[in-house]
Amino acid sequence: MVKRNLHKIYMGLIFVFLYAPILVLVAYSFNDSTSRGNWGGFTLKWYIDLFNDRDIKTALYYTVIVAMLAATIATFIGTFSAIGLYNFKKKPKAIMVNVNYLPVVNPDIVTGLSLMILYLSTNMKLGFLSMLLSHITFDIPFVILAVMPKLKSLNKHLTEAALDLGATPLYALRKVVIPEIMPGIITGFLIAFTLSIDDFVISFFTTGSGVTNLSIVIYSMARRGVKPTINALSTLMLTVVLILLFFINKRSALVEGQKNNGGIK
Amino acid sequence: MNKKQKFFAYPYVIWMFIFIVLPIVLVFLYSITTKEVNNIKTINFTLNNYKLFFDPLYIGVTIRSINLALVSTILCLVLGYPIAYIISKIHSKHRNTVLLLFILPMWMNMLLRTYAWMTILGNNGIINNFLNMLGLPSIRLLYNNSSIIIGMVYNFLPFMVLPIYTALSKMDQHLVEASHDLGADNRTTFLKVILPLSLPGVISGIIMVFMPAVSSFVIPRLLGGNRSLYIGTLIENLFLVTGDWNFGSAVAIMMMLIILVSMSILNRFDVDKEGSGSNLW
Repeated sequence: MVKRNLHKIYMGLIFVFLYAPILVLVAYSFNDSTSRGNWGGFTLKWYIDLFNDRDIKTALYYTVIVAMLAATIATFIGTFSAIGLYNFKKKPKAIMVNVNYLPVVNPDIVTGLSLMILYLSTNMKLGFLSMLLSHITFDIPFVILAVMPKLKSLNKHLTEAALDLGATPLYALRKVVIPEIMPGIITGFLIAFTLSIDDFVISFFTTGSGVTNLSIVIYSMARRGVKPTINALSTLMLTVVLILLFFINKRSALVEGQKNNGGIK
Repeated sequence: MNKKQKFFAYPYVIWMFIFIVLPIVLVFLYSITTKEVNNIKTINFTLNNYKLFFDPLYIGVTIRSINLALVSTILCLVLGYPIAYIISKIHSKHRNTVLLLFILPMWMNMLLRTYAWMTILGNNGIINNFLNMLGLPSIRLLYNNSSIIIGMVYNFLPFMVLPIYTALSKMDQHLVEASHDLGADNRTTFLKVILPLSLPGVISGIIMVFMPAVSSFVIPRLLGGNRSLYIGTLIENLFLVTGDWNFGSAVAIMMMLIILVSMSILNRFDVDKEGSGSNLW
């Protein structure tokens, strides 16, 4: 009994440690006083400032565009590469899978600066394109890692059966293989999208000339000191994440439910 | 099964060469040359960049970064193991909710999580305001080593907890029962059964915390102020401020070596080879 309570107290303290900073940000985003300590009453003026801030609006635009494009292209390339790599002979496959791991195990700063060196040595201008290419590069490995296990657990006879029944290899791929590995593809896309939305280090090194994302704007604002508009921005971003998570949870609960119903029938 | 489908991977093989292999080769090339590598004729090989790294100043920077990363990793382990253990013991009805609550802060942008600590620890932040209210003088909490460590533990704690939790929840509960039946007390059971079985999780947790902790430049920049250099901030400075790519590349290569060596040492303890995701190192 004592142990139980000890567990509860410990977890309680950990949750305070995890959530206190976030709650502070949210509370201060409504605080009508620039100095941190005083509570100057409730206000929405930081939110209005936020909506009038051009830097933040451009950053938001680039963040969403880059994440959408990078995740989509990476999912496309990654899925086909996973199918291709799956059919490689053992040794080349091992080499390729390991090279594919490099961006995953390398520190972000090394990936970022090495890509920056690549772009600048080939006289490419740093900007939107270089940032997009970098995002695709670090997204693809995660898509492959999400799709590969689904391919491994795929029943080989399914494709053979489709071919025996007269399907062309491409038709079999489209109608049999792709639908079977779809959960992996969707997971890969979601991972790629979240990584892109959240990325700071690699974007920081590979972008230039007025192209920024939200992380870069937050970084430069925070370096200049504490600013209440960042609190408002964090509150909004947190709300978006919560809404997204709610829908993802609801969706997976729905899928689970359907599966269970199917089982009973 | 289908030989033709091999071709699907060929574009990515080229992509990997251009965007993964070539950049790292370029970093290495820069680290062993002087000035720019663009022109093959004027290329000048040298080991001076590495020699400079072994200058007491930069060795000091490296040791400081490793120390900081080690302290953060140990703190994450000490705080995180009990969390993983407690979550794995929670009744299965509530377990996923607690786990979700634990991971939720990770969904917030890492810069915002770090920034949040600036508002708490700052000179007129919450803690100091509270102290002032009690009539106590303010203390300097931000821009020192402890604020960096707090930021790292806050950001990387889940990386420690999740692998340990996975290892603990995969463990066969009958082993614990068997140990008790055979007369072992709680302490012996923990030390002889539970801890060894969760070791792969502990090892991948250590790797996953140590690696970002030693290479991070955001957390030292925001919470550590400008005064002392760390390996991550040094690299950032060399590339983005002074533009010394040659020395910067050498530091980056040395940092990768440090990470590789520590990973391979750790992987030796992982007998089952279950913990780490990669089989490259």
